[in-house]
Amino acid sequence: MPMNTRRLLRGIGIVCALGLGATACGSDEGGSSQKQVSAENIQAALKKGGTLTVWAWEPTLKQVVADFEKKYPAVDVKVANVGTNSDAYTALSNAISAKKGVPDVAQIEYYALGQYALTKGLDDLAPYGADKLAGTYSPGPWNSVTSGKAVYALPMDAGPMAMFYNKKVFDKHKVKVPATWDEYVEAARALQKADPKVYIANDTGDAGMATSMLWQAGSRPYTVDGTKVKIDFSDAGARKYTETWQKLLDEKLLAPVTGWTDAWYKGLGDGSLATLTTGAWMPANFTTGVKNASGDWRAAPLPQWTAGDKASAENGGSALALPALGKNKELAYAFTEFANAGEGVQARIKGGAFPATTADLQSDAFQNAEFPYFGGQKANKIFAESAANVADDWSYLPYQVYANSIFNNTAGKAYISKTTLAQGLKSWQDASVKYGTEQGFTVEK
Amino acid sequence: MSSPATTASPASLPARPPAGTSGSAPRLRTPRTKRHSPGRPRRSVLLTVLTGLVVLYALVPLLWLVISTTKTQEGLAGSFGLWFDGDFALWDNISTTFTYNDGVFTRWLLNTLMYVGLGAGGATFLAVLGGYALAKFAFPGKRAVFAVVIGAVAVPGTALAVPTFLMFSKMGLTDTPWAVIIPSLISPFGLYLMWVFATEAIPTELMEAARIDGAGEVRTFFQVGLPLLAPGMVTVLLFTMVATWNNYFLPLIMLKDPDWYPLTLGLNSWNAQAATAGGEPVFNLVITGSLITILPLIAAFLLLQKYWQSGLAAGSVKE
Repeated sequence: MPMNTRRLLRGIGIVCALGLGATACGSDEGGSSQKQVSAENIQAALKKGGTLTVWAWEPTLKQVVADFEKKYPAVDVKVANVGTNSDAYTALSNAISAKKGVPDVAQIEYYALGQYALTKGLDDLAPYGADKLAGTYSPGPWNSVTSGKAVYALPMDAGPMAMFYNKKVFDKHKVKVPATWDEYVEAARALQKADPKVYIANDTGDAGMATSMLWQAGSRPYTVDGTKVKIDFSDAGARKYTETWQKLLDEKLLAPVTGWTDAWYKGLGDGSLATLTTGAWMPANFTTGVKNASGDWRAAPLPQWTAGDKASAENGGSALALPALGKNKELAYAFTEFANAGEGVQARIKGGAFPATTADLQSDAFQNAEFPYFGGQKANKIFAESAANVADDWSYLPYQVYANSIFNNTAGKAYISKTTLAQGLKSWQDASVKYGTEQGFTVEK
Repeated sequence: MSSPATTASPASLPARPPAGTSGSAPRLRTPRTKRHSPGRPRRSVLLTVLTGLVVLYALVPLLWLVISTTKTQEGLAGSFGLWFDGDFALWDNISTTFTYNDGVFTRWLLNTLMYVGLGAGGATFLAVLGGYALAKFAFPGKRAVFAVVIGAVAVPGTALAVPTFLMFSKMGLTDTPWAVIIPSLISPFGLYLMWVFATEAIPTELMEAARIDGAGEVRTFFQVGLPLLAPGMVTVLLFTMVATWNNYFLPLIMLKDPDWYPLTLGLNSWNAQAATAGGEPVFNLVITGSLITILPLIAAFLLLQKYWQSGLAAGSVKE
């Protein structure tokens, strides 16, 4: 095991220095060696004040920072947007390997947390009292930030999945809104037949989407136990997903438009993309990015694999963590708790964020909020139900950032060639196994 | 990091007499024999078409940019790229660009101007000093310097960015403007160009005359050498300006504080906003900001054209 860890640390490249750096910091034996930080310590630090550096791209944090600084005038919070997801991880890993300029608080998505936690790049927040927050969050996000007794981050938002659909398009072509994935394929065919410009959805191969689909289908491709990892894309759940998706691919029922591009925004606006299955944080993007289709869209539960089921999964969502090499620990934790468990949550919900806190998810005000964009629909009811139905036994790889980066070169082939999605996933699996083994993980196929 | 050579090529086209426009040249006695002389280049349909294609290739993206700046965020998605949309939103876009996010665009513009002023200005000054010294003074190790400079021209700056980052972070300079300015000060290509230029442009006899008249080395450089070097200097200045103005990768890894971002990074962060949960897509501002960003460069090229054309041509003819 120590040998493994050492090889692992050397191998992860830039991330390795993260582990070595943390070792020098003395948190080598894991969370237990960290000192307990009492609430009084934190209060004293807040009174004393200081400057806090936060690396995050979440737009609603701006308001949270303003509120926090108002409440604790001695603290100066500097938020830097160092890039979104993978860019931010490159920046964070670089800073950690250089051991300079590491932020005090960093936004990390759930899928990437494992990588930093395993290499001891993050502080365990349990000694600060984060372990007592277990009941505060819905199961999906909480499971994503904890490992054993350690709490590596506080969930900031969640992405319980839902299906957004363009009601105008469905009404116009008199197509039934799908409740199961089989109906989804039928709807895709019907829409294409009615108007060849209309696609059921866009997909050019997206690792986050694929893993979420697997999650909902009951597949558990990744099993992680310390440095022992198992990768297997051949279980029954994965087969359900690949068989259905293969139909969509074979019949060219998916628009060849990559998500988050201008073409994608265009498609969401002009009715050529009829549905979007994604996380519940999407309404904010609809409101600001697809203004011209206001009133056309509605939210619906995710289509099911078996009619009548209520299975769901998470897509996206991120947490705030304290990098081990950051400073001002007490302030950093105080800010993280304020933003993700305290008053900041309300400010962020107002800003359009989707909370991970159960109390907010179940509050009347939240559940009954009407979305003018969705024609006055009380969409949060659907999202909150989805959040409650997320299976909490999913885990990502401890090097998911890398794995996702090679998705398009492996599984993505299914989108552009005769390779089937099942074969594509197999080659993604092989490449992930190979990389993991090179990094010193014990990988089982 | 854009290579200076490619940036210069479209603008250098007018320097040549365009093929097929030599109507005023004296007529040959036998018009049917298409003999050509340097004074009267032969017309070539193929070359004209090729040149036309290159012109289109260079100008169409620019046209798209100009047209797109007149559209709103919704209009961008909903209309054909190379023609105008219903509502003309150019002025609105420009004012929003300067006021969005508390006017951070102005800050980025000033940052870029500072990086260009200090970085490109400093790089040019150092290149002129070094080029002059290498061209006009004999000292031991000159060949070694030559080898190092030629070698440095071959190494792309991008390859050095990460080692530079690690070094600078040891020195505690990352996330400060110095992290962008100091690496920009070095321009091996500029040094080489000035070296070649100074060898040709300053007659050694002139320097000797100045010395005999009692001028010190510093005075000889500033009063005799520098005026003669002006065309070459402008060329180097333009190259380093373009390089610093467009610099993306170096600031990307060096700077984390948005207050020190140059325009390139700032615009990219606006662009990335569209791919963020809860973020607001502002493609119209990214496009308008891009147009505003390239205007100073276009102006610099047009205004300094005369100087740098003569600078480029100076070394080409052996007398």
